[in-house]
Amino acid sequence: MPLPYSELVMEHFRNPRNVGRIDDPDAKSIEGSPACGDMVAVYLKVDAETQRIDDIKFESYGCASNIATGSIITELAKGKTLDEAKAISWQQASEALGGLPPIKTHCSVLAVDGLRAAIQNYEERHGLVTERVPTTVEEVRRRLKHVMNPVVGLDLVRTKLVDEIEVTDGTVRIAVDLPSDHQFANNIRNDIVEKIEPLWDVERVLVEFSD
Amino acid sequence: MEVTVSDRIVYLDNAAATRLDERVLEAMAPYYLDTYAVATSQFGYSLGIEARDALDDARTRIAAALGATPEEFVFTSGDTESSNMALKGVAMALGAKKGRHIITSAIEDFAVLHSARALERQGFEVTLLPVDGHGRIDPDALRGALRRDTILVSVQAANQEIGTLQDIEAIGAICREHDVLFHTDATHSFPRVPLDVRRMPVDLVTISAHLIHGPRGIGGLYVREGTPLVKWMDGGFQENNMRAGVENIPGAVGFARAVELVTPEETARLQAMRDHLIAELLHVPDARLNGHPEFRLPHNANISFRYVEGESVLLHLDMRGFAVSTGSACFSRSLEASHVILGIGGDHERAHGSVRFTFGRYNTEDDVDAVVGAITDVITNLRAISPLGKE
Repeated sequence: MPLPYSELVMEHFRNPRNVGRIDDPDAKSIEGSPACGDMVAVYLKVDAETQRIDDIKFESYGCASNIATGSIITELAKGKTLDEAKAISWQQASEALGGLPPIKTHCSVLAVDGLRAAIQNYEERHGLVTERVPTTVEEVRRRLKHVMNPVVGLDLVRTKLVDEIEVTDGTVRIAVDLPSDHQFANNIRNDIVEKIEPLWDVERVLVEFSD
Repeated sequence: MEVTVSDRIVYLDNAAATRLDERVLEAMAPYYLDTYAVATSQFGYSLGIEARDALDDARTRIAAALGATPEEFVFTSGDTESSNMALKGVAMALGAKKGRHIITSAIEDFAVLHSARALERQGFEVTLLPVDGHGRIDPDALRGALRRDTILVSVQAANQEIGTLQDIEAIGAICREHDVLFHTDATHSFPRVPLDVRRMPVDLVTISAHLIHGPRGIGGLYVREGTPLVKWMDGGFQENNMRAGVENIPGAVGFARAVELVTPEETARLQAMRDHLIAELLHVPDARLNGHPEFRLPHNANISFRYVEGESVLLHLDMRGFAVSTGSACFSRSLEASHVILGIGGDHERAHGSVRFTFGRYNTEDDVDAVVGAITDVITNLRAISPLGKE
């Protein structure tokens, strides 16, 4: 079948592993939203002693690559310690699937973010997190590394599309080096807002285009 | 030449492209193989005169289906060009003389919407009329939007996704009252939903061959006699000096044949299949019809299934041998959810979960039963792995 997806992506899409819910999980997370068109829920059972992920399940609302990346991160994370699992990158998830089309790399980011959010949820529940720190330009830049440029499938920072970041009194202003009528302008704007807005001290996210 | 309809695919995306009818191909073939000359003037060589006669004959037949004179019909490369020609041609003709305000609807196809946007960047003002929950514009809203400097109203005859038909007669009448030109994009309705320009107050009509089992790359624009329109693509003097470029004579001949092969009986058959499909799919829990229940294209069904995303539905159906379309962002080239579903007040989830089924000549009642079975199954499976809709 002439599809843009690799055989592995299609295999995980057809037969997703570790799909469903865990009753009474030690941690869970939901990343994305119906509005964005993709959503991943991750459930964890963690061995309190060894900090290993004993069981992991996921649910997905989204496209084929969303389902496949949800499936693959559960395979990558199962049996790993929380620290090891935290280190799994979206590139690893994507590689484990034999690659994703550039326009779909944000799905692997979402899945990895889902896993990390579930681990963070575990740490919060078990008093393992440090205090909240105010949002800095560096933190915003770090998060923008999780916003994909769909043209090439690499993040905004690496593709040098972020011109300027300003953080003042709960307002984050981000200048993007793209015209507002660019094919993906709206998509990129929504993605940025989605990644920056959840920061605890951010009230407003302004995305400015080059024109 | 042997042509067979594939029995592997149940093709339900006839609003995107259609299978060519063999009878159309037969009509076209001589103009590729025998009478392949360019259309010459009456003083040319005989092969060119023969080609020109074929072009004139095709023009006359298509114009007749619209109730127009042959002089009022211009061949183009398809509906996208036709709509560009209508909007930009009128803008160029009247922008300096009468005004720079254009009105269109929020759910137009991209050829109209993006032509309007391009004109906006050149200093024209564009009003996008909202539509109601079924996708129809309110004639009173149009009345309220018309201004002294309005030069053109462009409202589609039928919507490409949800199939809603607009009240072209009422919209055109308002335009007439205010002495404003009216363009309608009838790509998805012509000729299954009849449009007679002798009766309808329209000045410009976009049509195309590719959705009625005709060839790709040929369409046309009806231009009512006396309509101010500046030629916007420069070149030779073809098409009465309205549209430059060597004429696509095989395409024109195929288009004329394709128009004639569409019959009211066939359209009634497609509508019966469509009605059957909608009735069956509305039995699926949390499914709803998009578009108008009554004023809709006879061959279009568009259903949103909650808690699932359209690209996944589409891929699963593809693996089972069905071709459909979706308004999901994941499926679109700009990663944006359908502006049509959002335009009728739907949220993103409704757009992402929308599936469009469009019937054509080669569909049968068996296809309806088969796709109902497949989609019920696919939706159930995808809902089982979805985090949504569970409590």
